[in-house]
Amino acid sequence: MKVDLRINGAVRSAEVEPRKTLLDALRENFLLCGTHAGCEHGVCGACTVLIDGEPVRSCLMFAVQADGYEITTIEGLAPAPGELSVIQDAFCETHGLQCGYCTSGMILAADALLRQTLSPTREEIAEAISGNICRCTGYGQIIEAVQFAADRLRKANTPRPHHGVHAAQAEHDAPVEGVLEAAEADEPVAEAK
Amino acid sequence: MTADPAAFRFVSTNRRVREDRRFVAGHGQYVADVALEGMLHVAVLSSPHPAARIVSIDASAALAMPGVHYVLTGDELAAATDPLMNGLDTPLVQRHPLAVGQVRYAGEWVAAVVADNRALAEDAVENVDVRYEPLPFVISAEEALKPDSPPVHSAHGSNVLLDRTFVWGEVDKHFAESSRQLSFRVTWGRSSTVPIETFGVAASWDPWREMLDVWASIQMPKYPDQIARALRIPANGVRVHQDVDVGGSYGVKRGIKQTVLVAHLARRLGRPVRLIEDRLENMGGGDAHGPDRIFDVEVAFNDDGIVKSMKMRALDNAGAYAGRAPFQLGKPIGAIVGPYRIESVQYRAQSVTTNKAVQEAVRGFGQAPTNYAIETAIDKVAASLGLDRIEVRRRNFIRKEQFPYLIPSGSTYDSGDYHTVVDKVLAHIDFAALEKERDRLRGEGLLAGIGIAACLEPSGGNSAFEPLLNEKNTTTTWMDSCRINIDGLGFVTVTIHTTSSGQGHETLVATVIGEVLQIEPDLIRVVRPDSLACLPSNTPVGSRMAIMLGGAAFHAAQKLKTKLTRIGAHQFGLGEDKVIYAAGAVTDPRGGKQLGWAEIVNIAHRNYHLLPEGMEPGLESTHVMQVPTGERLPKDGRVQMYPCHSFEFHVVLMAIDPELGKPEIRRYVIGHDCGTVINPHIVKGMTLGGIAHGLGAALLEEFVYNGEGQLITQSFMDYLLPSAHEVPEVEIVHHCTPSPFTVFGQKGSGESGYLGAPAAISAAVNDCVASLGISFNKLPIRISAIGDAIAEAQQPKPQEHAT
Repeated sequence: MKVDLRINGAVRSAEVEPRKTLLDALRENFLLCGTHAGCEHGVCGACTVLIDGEPVRSCLMFAVQADGYEITTIEGLAPAPGELSVIQDAFCETHGLQCGYCTSGMILAADALLRQTLSPTREEIAEAISGNICRCTGYGQIIEAVQFAADRLRKANTPRPHHGVHAAQAEHDAPVEGVLEAAEADEPVAEAK
Repeated sequence: MTADPAAFRFVSTNRRVREDRRFVAGHGQYVADVALEGMLHVAVLSSPHPAARIVSIDASAALAMPGVHYVLTGDELAAATDPLMNGLDTPLVQRHPLAVGQVRYAGEWVAAVVADNRALAEDAVENVDVRYEPLPFVISAEEALKPDSPPVHSAHGSNVLLDRTFVWGEVDKHFAESSRQLSFRVTWGRSSTVPIETFGVAASWDPWREMLDVWASIQMPKYPDQIARALRIPANGVRVHQDVDVGGSYGVKRGIKQTVLVAHLARRLGRPVRLIEDRLENMGGGDAHGPDRIFDVEVAFNDDGIVKSMKMRALDNAGAYAGRAPFQLGKPIGAIVGPYRIESVQYRAQSVTTNKAVQEAVRGFGQAPTNYAIETAIDKVAASLGLDRIEVRRRNFIRKEQFPYLIPSGSTYDSGDYHTVVDKVLAHIDFAALEKERDRLRGEGLLAGIGIAACLEPSGGNSAFEPLLNEKNTTTTWMDSCRINIDGLGFVTVTIHTTSSGQGHETLVATVIGEVLQIEPDLIRVVRPDSLACLPSNTPVGSRMAIMLGGAAFHAAQKLKTKLTRIGAHQFGLGEDKVIYAAGAVTDPRGGKQLGWAEIVNIAHRNYHLLPEGMEPGLESTHVMQVPTGERLPKDGRVQMYPCHSFEFHVVLMAIDPELGKPEIRRYVIGHDCGTVINPHIVKGMTLGGIAHGLGAALLEEFVYNGEGQLITQSFMDYLLPSAHEVPEVEIVHHCTPSPFTVFGQKGSGESGYLGAPAAISAAVNDCVASLGISFNKLPIRISAIGDAIAEAQQPKPQEHAT
């Protein structure tokens, strides 16, 4: 079936099987390979994307369920080719990664946290990234990266743009109680397309 | 080269890790990102039985499904390929990528289905009908040792792959002389590194060029050779693309069986084929489990706690096939006495086959389990004498002035200053305050304790355990290599000849070459040619790359520096010893003349008439580096194992709520000495990551087989990986004792943290519960085990009421 997905601010269309996960659709249909498959059962967080600004496991969501939401992948964070966002740059500064495989999800989880608060405690950062497993770093330099990014964003004194062109409107649509439930509720609409 | 950090421009400075940029942008290039025109996809059918004869395989229903191209069975594959290599001389323990005639563990791959996409292949797997006739099986290593146990490989005659006893020094005499002895058993549960990226491989075959192209998530020494051998094609017909980012490995991504399987299919079908394991395939049949080991240890010591001698028996459960797993009993021989002056050792290494999944190399290659056994011994010695555990360690440590220090099993430790590291750690912590904090926690009704561990990280990675355990193997080199080219415009491009899985090798070589040539490392391009354009390399195993790749880059850069200097000196009509090379320019200090980088490059590339007689034009150099100190075959059961020995000292404060049984680490401090650090960010990451990995092995992670021989922890719901909640903030106390055997004084750090954390965390748990009269002697120590043991210990004893 056909889906029209708003990904990183642009509407992208594809024919997908109803059973195809958002993860597979992002990678195979839209060639956004920065989103990675880790466990494919919702534990490791490597496939994390933002749905209306909230971290979601794209391996547990069908592509058709994502219709109508603002999807942000790691490719949507860099302001321009070759230019890093503050959070991405902070991960480089503290070496908050090694093999890079969990990094996309980790940075998106951090991005979501830092849209809620720019003064997170260490515990809040640990909580925010606790759904993302990293086997390389032991999390120390990841937490430092988030602290460093928060500090820079606090001091930047500039407005921080929302992801994507529909973000402002998407905020009104954002489900209150978790994206998955909301996505399920939305399924008939998606199928009707 | 000096090892004085102040003398370095780039080495030891907090430079960014250049690889990070592409990863934070989501632009790594992993094997699953490799898209080949017309590529087909594989899913595998796994055995439901721990042991069974394969009666028949009917693939007709699967083949009839739309989009399904092929179903490959073990018989076809075995006829077309040679068995996979064994480490030991066990020719009748044959291993093929798909089971042949018989399955030997639940999860073993039986058939491979090829389809237009992975989802269709998975659907079709359901329609392959395999009939089995179940056979007796054995899961426990101790059962497998018994002569009447069901043989996993009946042709081999028994389940014993290796049973070798080494005696180094006068063990019997030392035991007889010692006033005290104790013995105990500890068990290291089967866990692994479990990278978040599973293993994956894509291959294509070009019949007109007779070339197999391979892209893989690989960390395997001599990988192209092994593929070529198994496929019976020339090694120069295998082209492995090394510019594939590997999403974590820490030892396990050896992938030979997967690659042979996929490569055969690519040849058979004339289409590119790929297999990306899903999590179940990876956990159950990916052959990537780690050591699974029982230690029986006896130590002989005196009233002062000085350990004179040790007897260690290590019984390892290798799983269903041999592979390289038994060698993981061999590598720890190179540090079998840990950081201690134990004068003699008897070591019995036993490896048995069972009906569990196959074991693969895991970070430390057997050293972390061994360190756990040694450290448990030291704690028990201290406890038996009522002595302080740190004091007993201090008394037994090799002293700074005793290096280089020859241990009984034949390795010489390069350098160390263990007492100073311990002093620095205790000062950093304020150990008296830590004990007060422990007592305060106890006062609150918690079980609180402190864990201590000291251990070594042998590094530099030669392969001396191979000839030590297999006399047909005569390996005495385990080289690594680097090539540098300065092009006609003066830009520097370096090739390295292996994949990386997060270790930052591009940063390493750029830093080293920048240091030697005194040029900005960020201007140096580092690339990975395919294997046919590579120099000999043995990949990042054995904590070797700072030493070996760093060493190769250093020597290649030195050769170029010499050439640049000679060209400059020749223009001045001087000998090369009369000029000065600095920051890429050559100066005649007397005449005041200088030739810059661009001018020397121009001469080398365009002015043959200006070159010294006999000099090759261009500016290119290579170096193939031999492992320092590892030059000889074993003799009398003794061998020089790895050249360098990093040291770590862990202190852990833990609290356990007796109601919950959940261990909480309240403070974690590690003292770490890996000699000269080349990139502090990378070393820090290795250490912190190693500790997290060790925490998993100590408290959470285990591949558990039940009584039916089924793996019951094959998802991340049951096989628990440490998250940011479980891993504590870790404080690192640095010390630097340079190695005399390496170019900058560097030692390895790729296994740091992991080699001591399980011992330290286990010790902390045991210190917490010691007041209850209980202890744990098996890893992982899961919450449920702690809770149950505490509850049982706190039950009033019926006998006590009766009296």
